[in-house]
Parts: sequence; structure tokens; C-alpha cells
Amino acid sequence: MSTATQTVTQVMPEKHYLNDNYGIRSWLLTKDHKRIALLYLFSITFFFFIGGIFASLIRLHLLTPNGELFQADSYNKLFTLHGVNMIFFFLIPSVPAVLGNFILPIMVGAKDLAFPKINLLSWYIFIFGATFSLIAMVSGGVDTGWTFYTPLSSGYVHTNVVTMALGILFAGFSSIFTGLNFIVTVHRMRAPGLTWGRLPLMVWANYAASLIMILGTPVIAITLILLALERGFHIGVFDPKLGGDPVLFQHMFWFYSHPAVYIMILPGMGVISEIVTCFSRKRVFGYSFIAFSSIAIAVFGFVVWAHHMFVAGISVYSAMVFSLLSYAVAIPSAVKVFNWTATMYKGAVSFETPMLYAMGFIGLFTIGGLTGLFLAALGLDVHIHDTYFVVAHFHYVMVGGMVMAYLGGVHFWWPKMTGKLYPEAPAKLAAIVTFIGFNLTFFPQFILGYMGMPRRYAIYAPEFQVLNVLSTAGASILAVGFLLPALYLTWSLKFGQPAGDNPWEAKGLEWETSSPPPTHNFHRTPVVTAEPYNYGSEEEAVVVS
Amino acid sequence: MAGQVDALYLFLVLISTFFSLLIAILILYFAIKYRKSEGRQAQQIHGSTLLEIVWTVIPLGISMVIFVWGAALYFHLQRPPANALQVYGVAKQWMWKFEYSAGQREINSLHVPTGTPVRVTLISQDVIHSFFVPAFRIKTDVLPNRFMTTWFTATTPGTYHLFCSQYCGTKHSGMVGDVVVMTPKDYASWLESGKAEGSLASLGEKMFQQYGCTTCHRPDSGARGPNLEGVYGRPVRMQDNRVVIADDNYIRNHILNPGTEIVNGFQPIMPTFRGVINEEQMVQIIAYIKSLSEQTGQPLNNRSTPTDIRDTEVPNVQQQMQQDNQIQKSTGK
Repeated sequence: MSTATQTVTQVMPEKHYLNDNYGIRSWLLTKDHKRIALLYLFSITFFFFIGGIFASLIRLHLLTPNGELFQADSYNKLFTLHGVNMIFFFLIPSVPAVLGNFILPIMVGAKDLAFPKINLLSWYIFIFGATFSLIAMVSGGVDTGWTFYTPLSSGYVHTNVVTMALGILFAGFSSIFTGLNFIVTVHRMRAPGLTWGRLPLMVWANYAASLIMILGTPVIAITLILLALERGFHIGVFDPKLGGDPVLFQHMFWFYSHPAVYIMILPGMGVISEIVTCFSRKRVFGYSFIAFSSIAIAVFGFVVWAHHMFVAGISVYSAMVFSLLSYAVAIPSAVKVFNWTATMYKGAVSFETPMLYAMGFIGLFTIGGLTGLFLAALGLDVHIHDTYFVVAHFHYVMVGGMVMAYLGGVHFWWPKMTGKLYPEAPAKLAAIVTFIGFNLTFFPQFILGYMGMPRRYAIYAPEFQVLNVLSTAGASILAVGFLLPALYLTWSLKFGQPAGDNPWEAKGLEWETSSPPPTHNFHRTPVVTAEPYNYGSEEEAVVVS
Repeated sequence: MAGQVDALYLFLVLISTFFSLLIAILILYFAIKYRKSEGRQAQQIHGSTLLEIVWTVIPLGISMVIFVWGAALYFHLQRPPANALQVYGVAKQWMWKFEYSAGQREINSLHVPTGTPVRVTLISQDVIHSFFVPAFRIKTDVLPNRFMTTWFTATTPGTYHLFCSQYCGTKHSGMVGDVVVMTPKDYASWLESGKAEGSLASLGEKMFQQYGCTTCHRPDSGARGPNLEGVYGRPVRMQDNRVVIADDNYIRNHILNPGTEIVNGFQPIMPTFRGVINEEQMVQIIAYIKSLSEQTGQPLNNRSTPTDIRDTEVPNVQQQMQQDNQIQKSTGK
């Protein structure tokens, strides 16, 4: 805990973006990226808890092998809606649309994003898509799995596939707009002196993710439109009965949905780079390697999609190529992990809440990444494909990695966003509870997977029960870990101590302005004269012209 | 096979444990040793290109080992031995049907002998399913538009799970069955006890006559369709001069979509049997056409296909690989 906040009484700035003007119109028609970020924060938190409720029901159902809680088709809807909500309406917008939206323009010293109106539009489109998704949910749900595999989704199920597909389609447009805004902002609106080599790694990571958003998302849009056309008008694209090819759908779906994994994880990696350097009081180790690895992941991420299809009927030779490329994409991730670890070497490490989340991230992401090597190994993937091993793997990356990074980032920038400090003790407790609950929930699933329990099973063989009970027990702990921040962060809005401009004594432009920042972020245009993360140097990184 | 997959798995578990522990221990060690304390200043280090190279090259080397190992297993799995016992399977929402060459049929259970490779050729009647036997470490998706194949050699008698592992709708988790592995002796008596209406091929032959296939597909020279004797598993020349192997998928495609590929020397006059012949009947007809080749027993270079095909035109992947290997060996020396 920074001693500064305890000895010097901080006061809130008189004028900032939150009290610049009032009323519902000032929020719903705002062009301020910071307010839009908060709109996103409320929206995706809502979907996180909806998705979380579905997850809890799934885990409760799986307590017994015969699934006493739900009928099979209700269970199928639960895991479909859990996946759709968490992926398209929480994970993909999480770091970019909330933290990135808030902090990226400030990090580059800009007054706002390049296209503030498009930024607002992106939130409206997101809400429009989310509305479709909610309609699909309350009017009977969807039971195709979040992957919408054909011909099941196009010709066999009788649920709201088209409504949900439209929801995802619109949510996709909102992420294209966000990506576009980030790319233009990074290219055109950097503060004087802020060269590419001085960009914070959070900016590099979001830039790389933005490239994927604008290049990949149109493909899922096309795929979902074709799916809707086949379902609605029997135009044969994917269903062999109509002359289509079902595997074509998988190629198109994963051409987006695999890179989408990197849309989700790259910004999280950016957050971790910021947190680890700050709480090690040290320059980041291997800046250019971390920055370049983000771009490498974005590029390689586009050429590994068929590793989801090793048993789906692709040729032996293309399977080999995709396996090889999948190992290529693993290397930049490994490089990042090694660099974060090395950043702590000979630092002055302190354990504030964001750092606890970051350390949890590195550990869990390492396991998530390493188990990816299992799945990329062709002969082994044949056995563990579509089992709980896969479920455990992607939850280690997406929850152990991404959600931990998101929560770390929320805690890290919460004082900047709200001007208030959250209580440190319950926050640390929440981070530890989340870490323990997470491992107890998902580690047993690796074993279940290798034992052969297929995913998406409403009823399962009795020998899998013990590990499922463990997993459910872990999930109840995990739920507490996720509920706690919602409570004390809300509490801090009213009762939290004023944070001061730089409660973590961190480097970076966002800590040079007040907390919360003024509407235009800086009172004068900042000029950057030094490398990023110049911890330990006494001279100021920023001179105000 | 299971042992080989487990060996790779174990190797990966060891690698993963090593690296996870390495990272975890380093993080905890650094966190404790270099924790912030009174007067402690972080030592500013920019990075080390040497270290970056080391921790790029070592993981790359290890992952290449895993890649080659995994690919070798996969190749093995994709190449069923020629002497394998053939079983056909049809998947549909939500059951498995298996058909043996001698005509025995069963639902949601598959009886196999120990010690003999078993080749399972599968097709779906509706959506995509997946044939997964965890004990044998094998899995293949079952597609509605073409045959997929997997194989295994069972070693220990017993009953093993068969799961559908590709989500296929409401009762996906109920689409399970048993693989019953028996000693060859028990298996033989099990086959005897199965009341078969006739072998698959004989059922196929009935259908072949019933649908009037014999009108055109005859062995005499005036036939309007290609003679099917000895065609199965052999190369056939198409009108556009391509040469394809007449395998299960070829025959199925030609029955359902006769207009898409025309055999050289024939007119596109065959009607489609789409919607007439279901997948179970298809399996029987294929078994019959296959039996026509087994009966004639002609060697590979004496073909009854309409046009002569030189060996160089035959897409023989295995032969190509052997040649490649020989080239590599010779250059290696």
C-alpha cells in the first residue's frame, strides 16, 4: 500500500469528467471515452453475472451423474447461453471496451479517441445486439452450443438460433468500431514525443487486438448471415441435404473464433505488463520483445484455426501444417511469461491487489498455455478433443488468464476511473479466494478430460462424479471471489478515500493527470521525453509545455 | 495405441509440470527476495537479448519434438492396416448402429475380438456426431456427407465406453454405447449366435437388383454403365482425365450425385438415388460392390476399368512418401 495516501490527505479534484455535467442525457449522449467506458462497464458486468448464474446452474446440475436438476434440453440451453454470454458479451468487450476505452486515449496523451461519436455508436450497437441476445434468452433460449455447428444449428434445432446469431452479429460490429477507433488513435493522436517505442505495452496489446477485431470479425458476420439464410430460406451452404458442406462452417467459424481468443487474451496481457512493472518498481524486462510478441500473436493467430478440427475430417497434411503453426503461436506467449517473470527480478515487489491478480494470471495462464501444447499435438488431440480437457484448458486461459487480468486492471485503474480507493483487505481476500476457487473448479476437469468425459454432457458415467463434485465445490468458492469485488467496489464509490493522482506511484501519462481525469483528460497537452516505465529515475518523465 | 498416446501425454505432463513449477517458483522467489522494504531500490534492467533468444529457442525446440511425436501418432491412426476387420457404423440422433460384413447388426454396442485390427467406417444420417472410445484413445467425427474411418486393435477383453463427443442436440449425452471386447473364440461364437438376415453384401446385391442397377452396370461390352467388378479400391479415370480411387466415399457420391463426376467413356445418364437409399442401405450396396472385387480377385495391374491407366497417374500417397524417404536417405548419405 502506498504510504503517500496514508500520510497526505488526498482530495478529489473540483472538476472532473464525472461531475462535468449531470443527468441521464449527459450519459446516454456522451462522447467522452471515459463515460462510454463506464457504460460498457455496467453492461458487461450485467452479462458477466448472467453468464455466471448459468455457470452456477451448470455446476449444480453436474453434482450428480444423472443430472437431477434439469432436463437435457434445459441443460443444453444453459451451457449454450453461458458460452455465448461470456464470450461475445463479456470477454470480447471486457478489457478493450472498458479498460482500453478509458485508459488508452489517456495513455497516448490524447483528449479522446479519434472518433468519439463512433465510440458511442459502438456502445449502442452493442446494446442493440445484447437486446437480441436477451430476447433469444427469455423467449426460449438456444441449444446449439456457442459454436453453432451445422447442420445441427441450421436444420435440426427448434430454438432461437437466428435471433441469437443476429445479437452476436451486432455485437461484432461494435467491436469492429472499437478496434477501428484504437488503431486510428494510436496512429494519429499520440502526444508529442510519444514514439512507437515509447508506447505503453497496454497500448501495444490493444493495438494488436484491434487488428484482429477489424480483420477477423467480418468473417463471423458472414458466417452467421449464411447460417441464418440456410435456416430461414433453405439456401444450401452447410447442410449436405441442401447440397452444402458442414465442415465449411467450421472453417469459417474458427477463422474468426480462434483469433477471437487473442482478441480476448491480448488486452489482458497488456494489463499484466502494466501491473507487473508498476508493483516491481522496475522497467519492464524486454520491452520490444513483449511489444513484438503481441503483434506476432495477432498475425500467427490467423493461421491456426483448423487446430479445432483435427478429428473433423481435414486432410492429414493440413492437420500437420495447422499443428506446426499452433506451436509457432505458443512461442510469443511463452516469451511474454518469461519477460514478466524476469521483470520481477531485482525489483522492489509489493503485493497490492492488482499485483496479486497479476501473479495469479501468470501462473494460471502458464498452465492454460502449456495445456494448449497437449491439444496441438495431433495424436493426443484425437483423444482429448471435445472432452473436459478442452473445457479446462480454455477456462484456464479465459478465466484464469483473462478474467484475472480484467479484475487486476479494474483494481489497478479503479482509483483513476472513480477517484476513490477501494478497501485493500477485502480486495486481497477476493483475489486469493478467486485463485483458490478457480483451481479447485477447473483443475479436476483436466483429469476428467483425460479419463474421457466428453463436454456438453447433461448426464455422465458414474466414475466421473467425484471430480465433478470437487469442481462444483470449487465453483462455489469462485463465485464468492467474483461477488466480493462487486460489493466493495460499489461501497468504495461512496465511502472510499480520495485516491490522489497517482496512488500506486506508477509511471505513465494516465498517472500524470488528476483522478478522476478532467473531461479532456489533460489540462495541457503532455510532452513525453523518456522511455516508458522509467522507474527509478528521479527526473520527471513528462514535462508540461 | 493407448500406450503410445499415454507416453506422449506423460511426456507433456512432465514438461508442463517443469515449466509451471519453474515459473511459479521464480515468481514466488522473486516476490519474497525482492519484496519492497525500507530503503530497497529496484535495480533497473532493460532486458537481455541473449536470454530472449534462449527462452525462444528452447521452447521452440521442445515444441518441435512434441509436434513430430504427435504427428507420427496421428499418421499411424489415419492409416488402417489392410487386413483390418471391417465394421460399418451409422450414427443418428441419438443412437449408434453397427453392421458387420456377415450381416449381424446391433444398436449402441460394438463387439470386437482382441488382437485383430478393427476398422470402423462411419457415416451420419443427420447432424455431425463423433465416435469416441476413451479406452482406445481414438475419436473421429462422423459426418453426414461422407464416410470417416478410424481403427484400433483391442488388447484386453472387457466392456468399454463409447461416447458421442460432438454435441448433436437434445440427447447428446444419451448417445452412448459399449464396445465389447472378446477373445477371438468368444467373438466367433458371438458372430454365430447373431441371427443375420444375410451378409451385408447379399443384402446389397438384393438392393442392386431391386433398384435396377444391373440394367446398366453389367460386365458385357454393350453396357451403358461401367462394369463394377473389380472397381472397388482401384483407380478410375474421369471424363476430365482425373484419376480417382473408387473408395467408399467415391461410390456413395456417385450414387447420390451421379452428375458431378462422369467416368471416362460413359454418358451422364444415371439418375440420383438421393432420398431413395438411406445410409444403412448405402453401406450394404458398398459391401456388395466391394465383394465384386474380392470375388474376381484380380491383381492390381489387370484392371477392368474402361480405360487403361498407367501407374504413374495413380495418386498413391504411400508410394510417394516412400520415394521421398528414399530421396532423403540418399541425400542424407
